[in-house]
Amino acid sequence: MTQIAYHISDDLLDAYKLGSLPHPFAVVVATHLSLCDTCRARLEAEDVLGGVMLESLEGVALSADARAQVMAALDRSAPLRPVGPSGIFPAPLMQALDGQPPRWRMLGGGIRQQVISADKEGSLRLLYIPPGKAVPEHGHGGLELTLVLQGSFSDSAGRFKRGDVETADAATDHQPVADPGQPCICLAATDATLRFRSFLPRLLQPLFRI
Amino acid sequence: MSDDSIRPVDAALRAGAPPVKLGADMEQDGVTDSPTDPMTEALLAVRDRRDRDAFARLFDHFAPRLKAMLLGSGLRDGSAEDIVQDVMLAVWHKAGQFDPHRAQAASWIYRIARNRKIDLARRKPLPLPETIEEPPDLEPDAEQILALRQEAALLREALTNLSSEQRTTIQKAFVEDLPYSQISQMTGLPLGTVKSRIRLGLDRLRHELRGLNR
Repeated sequence: MTQIAYHISDDLLDAYKLGSLPHPFAVVVATHLSLCDTCRARLEAEDVLGGVMLESLEGVALSADARAQVMAALDRSAPLRPVGPSGIFPAPLMQALDGQPPRWRMLGGGIRQQVISADKEGSLRLLYIPPGKAVPEHGHGGLELTLVLQGSFSDSAGRFKRGDVETADAATDHQPVADPGQPCICLAATDATLRFRSFLPRLLQPLFRI
Repeated sequence: MSDDSIRPVDAALRAGAPPVKLGADMEQDGVTDSPTDPMTEALLAVRDRRDRDAFARLFDHFAPRLKAMLLGSGLRDGSAEDIVQDVMLAVWHKAGQFDPHRAQAASWIYRIARNRKIDLARRKPLPLPETIEEPPDLEPDAEQILALRQEAALLREALTNLSSEQRTTIQKAFVEDLPYSQISQMTGLPLGTVKSRIRLGLDRLRHELRGLNR
């Protein structure tokens, strides 16, 4: 595992932990956590406090047969194991993909994408950028998280490799370019429709659901 | 980050000094030579031997506390009890994922309960990080497990040293699902201690995770 340099912010990790992040962002955070020991440890270490607090609570009695009911249910079949990882795609991403490999759609210039979800919670998509190609320039309407799964890209904020996550907001105007070598595959979540400045005529945006 | 504050503890452990003295009004966990606390021991028996008696012990210990936590977060009695039963069943089914190097039983069960409760309020279940598969022949690292237990004891001690008003505030914030940053605002300085304890535990955890993920 390479050293991950760009992590999830405290605020985002808090929101994830409390379950208040919109789904597309939560998938990106869970995928990053699957690749990043540092952030996983940040998350799990706080459970130590949770455990101590749980221990310190004064219990409230359950109904008399509650334990017997649970004991009787132990032998019922276990819930299905969730979908596991596949290749470069960690388990939470494969779960978002319903266990299927990506179904790429050509965007032109060798760039491909799959929109995994797009609704009022925002959008989640996979992007495939050939080496040397620019991820289409865009301004942001809101928060965007981009997690690299393969290869790397660079922009004014730095160089992002597998596991690194770039956090961009309304103030960011960046133009990531895929580095030489492998095609760059990344997972991106946005909470607002991206406004492409060049590359793709604006009227085509609804068609591609970008 | 400075880790000065952990050193006396490590030194004390190496010297076989008596365990950290805990306040009488908090749950006791007199850390002894055994690296695992009794509930973690029970969870390991469930994991490794599908031990039903051990599971019953876990139920008796945690189910009432889980119910208190869920009631405190605003659930009604009936639904709180349903969730407690769900959570305890999940403990049975997911025990294979439990790793004593990364959590004590209390932390692990707390997380399952929290996630279960979060899912009730979400349209889609909260996506969770991939589980880390331990090699089946991995020898337990007693030092790491003991260190984790010691961290929890230190945290407990830090909480014990608060005024009862502060402690109540933290407990309230905890059952009401406030982020830790907000707990800190409500109580002022003391959470700094709690947070630094978490960070120390975190360093160990990260170390352990690195070892596992090779």
